[in-house]
Amino acid sequence: MAFGPHLLLATLEGLVTSAVLALMALGLSLVFGVMRVVNVAHGEFFMLGAVLAWWIASLVSGHPAIGFLAALAISPLIVGAVAFAADRLVLRRLNYEPEATIVATIGLLYIIQQLALTFYGPQARPVDAPFTYRILFPWFGYSGYKLSIIATSALLLIFTWFVLTRTRIGLVMRATQYDRETAQAFGIPVGRVYAGVFALGAMLAAIAAVLIVPITQAHYLMGLNPLLLSFIVVIIGGLGSLRGTVVAALLIGVSDGVISAFFSPTLAKIIATLAVAMVLVFRPQGLFGSAAK
Amino acid sequence: MTPLLTTRGLTKAYDGLRAVDGVDFSLATGEIRAIIGPNGAGKTTFVSLVCGRVPPTSGTIVFDGEDITHMPAHLRVRRGIAYTFQITSVFPNLSAYDNVALPAQRTLEDGRAKTHLHAAIMSALEHTGLADRANIQAGALSYGHQRLLEVAMGLALKPRLLILDEPTQGLSDSEIDGFMGLVRDIASSATVLLIEHNMDVVMELARRITVMNAGKILAEGMPEEIRADEAVQRAYLGTENHG
Amino acid sequence: MRSSALPPRILVLHAGVVALLFALNFVLPEYHHAVLARVMLLSVFAMGYNILFGYTGLLSLGHAMFFAAGLYGAGLSVYHLGWSIPAGLAAGIACGAALSTAIGLLALRTTGVAFMIVTMMFAQVFYLLTFYFAEWTGGDDGIVLSQEIRRFFVGDFYLNLTDPTTRYLLALAIFAIVLFATLIAVRSSFGRVLVAIRENEDRARMLGYDTFANKLAAVVLSGTICATAGAAYALLFGYAGSTFAGVQYSILPLLWVLLGGAATTLGPFIGTLFMYYVIDITSSYTSAYLLIVGIALILLVLFFPKGILGTIRARWAGWLP
Repeated sequence: MAFGPHLLLATLEGLVTSAVLALMALGLSLVFGVMRVVNVAHGEFFMLGAVLAWWIASLVSGHPAIGFLAALAISPLIVGAVAFAADRLVLRRLNYEPEATIVATIGLLYIIQQLALTFYGPQARPVDAPFTYRILFPWFGYSGYKLSIIATSALLLIFTWFVLTRTRIGLVMRATQYDRETAQAFGIPVGRVYAGVFALGAMLAAIAAVLIVPITQAHYLMGLNPLLLSFIVVIIGGLGSLRGTVVAALLIGVSDGVISAFFSPTLAKIIATLAVAMVLVFRPQGLFGSAAK
Repeated sequence: MTPLLTTRGLTKAYDGLRAVDGVDFSLATGEIRAIIGPNGAGKTTFVSLVCGRVPPTSGTIVFDGEDITHMPAHLRVRRGIAYTFQITSVFPNLSAYDNVALPAQRTLEDGRAKTHLHAAIMSALEHTGLADRANIQAGALSYGHQRLLEVAMGLALKPRLLILDEPTQGLSDSEIDGFMGLVRDIASSATVLLIEHNMDVVMELARRITVMNAGKILAEGMPEEIRADEAVQRAYLGTENHG
Repeated sequence: MRSSALPPRILVLHAGVVALLFALNFVLPEYHHAVLARVMLLSVFAMGYNILFGYTGLLSLGHAMFFAAGLYGAGLSVYHLGWSIPAGLAAGIACGAALSTAIGLLALRTTGVAFMIVTMMFAQVFYLLTFYFAEWTGGDDGIVLSQEIRRFFVGDFYLNLTDPTTRYLLALAIFAIVLFATLIAVRSSFGRVLVAIRENEDRARMLGYDTFANKLAAVVLSGTICATAGAAYALLFGYAGSTFAGVQYSILPLLWVLLGGAATTLGPFIGTLFMYYVIDITSSYTSAYLLIVGIALILLVLFFPKGILGTIRARWAGWLP
């Protein structure tokens, strides 16, 4: 294949990564923005979403689309419930003290990962894509399903943006984010908002996982890489900035796709991680964010 | 005689709001100076600029003939500027002894003091009447004793300029009496700059008073001049504009 | 608390622990003898972590890179460059000191959550580098130092690192040196400044302390101790692999220190020993040892934040260092 088509293919692959990454990073960013909690277990919520998707799809017979849609509907709900319980049982009791919550979410990471290994096993298992239509470019055919991931993610992001900026739920979340005490004084049930936001963040990761699992297969160790990439996106994009998160996800996803198509993926990861650490060190408000709080 | 501390056009702006606005200030060696003014007048911001906790937007600060405008806070402390916090901020999980050891060992390392560490610590604790509480955790001391410990820490720094930010806040009358004796005592070896709301304490202790309002110096003079000043009275009654 | 001389009971306690470990060398059955040698080295790693986390209040999520810097610094120089074992040890320690200085200068520009994430990311870069240079490091498989290399003379003195007793006693020697070094450090005026920074950094600065320089010193001391543990581990057990640079080896010292008691001198050893046996015993029932680690972390922060020795100190023995 010539360089041009090769680049187009790499860019498309990058866009798919970006689409999934944006959803997942948005979840991480919401949780940090509203609750000031760094959720190290976010990658495990992603993994759990994928593993549950396989389990749900395997229970449903008939056309693959039925199994997939069932997974897309149910898996995020279960993951959200797990996150809700984790908030109520653990994080709330720690009073969201930053160091203690990080340690606790690390604990959560190990628990979820190990339970997945025990009950799901070490194999990588695929979920069938809901449809297998291929779009034919002059140089290569490309999975229509992959393109639909991009579209679905864009729709979900617009929906989330709408909820955050145009609805009462979004208003309540923003009020809680700005000032917890005042929000409480105005009768906002801060405890439930926190649990809800934590669940919502986890659900976004789970949705991202269900979308990607027909391509990458579910595996109990699949959470770590997306977790690091989401951290990178959130840091580059500036915390709590929806627009920054999307722009950064595009940047990271596409450059990851392009760089790993032409260079060693390990080197790509090394450079990206190092670059982001440097951004945090020298420009903590992110490349797109305004002044840090 | 050259003043110990002078500021020229000292300004600190937060998002356009000038908390301290072009202050020219001068303090002679050996003085006890009080800064008074209504809440939000910029008193704490002003002394924070002097001791280096906050960087200025513009203006200069000269201490003992040296321009310290851009000097980091910890170096100013080593030059002899000590600041005691408005909110008591002793180290609650350390003993009173260790709290005072921190500033005392600093002066020893700098070579500003030559005594033994233990002797220096006990001397500061005795000075403030805390010697018998040396091994109690600072967090377990009463509020009044924590304020005294704060002063003991300031003393152990062997300051040339001791800045006290509302030192009598929350103290009982008898504690205040003891405290004023302590400040007079300190003034024999150091210059004292005092932010204070309690006017009895100010009139009793200060040789000169600087009145701040809305980030600027409104008046300066002997206690009796200030008491008679009309502009000062207006500011305290709140009829002055709060730009 | 005086910083001058060590009170007798503190001296007796620490010397007693070392003496007990020495005595155990002669009575322990083979299996537990080997476990304890390993635990002593890993608790040196935990003691290094404790300097930064317990005493200075800086939570790093990337200390595996310092352990691994020692591990590879020693392992690679012996394996590829044919250096002697003592030179390898020195190389490992030097690598740790250099890396911790560089990381400290960068990471200390951040605070709080950003510090945790930055240290984690630098460690991740280090981890990936061990794969990128797999030609030299052997990646996941690692490198194995042959038995011949590990039998050598220091002057006229013959050392055989494949012999369990030699290994045990060398591990004990390093453990004892680092234990007393940390004891002296945390009770010195430097240790007092670190605690002051942990409690209230702004206040410490207003007492004339360059808090950045002191924190940097803490990172370097901590990183160098961890690298010492790593270098000794590579040489005594003859293996260096990228597992030790992974994120898990950044979390484990945190767990050990939390369990034993942050900011206590003997807590890291107790935490490491306890956790090692908990995992060892449970692994005969289930392979899910990470589950134990996870549950332990959550239970500790929820119900037992001071750890074993921290709780004992708070309740009964305020004199414990």
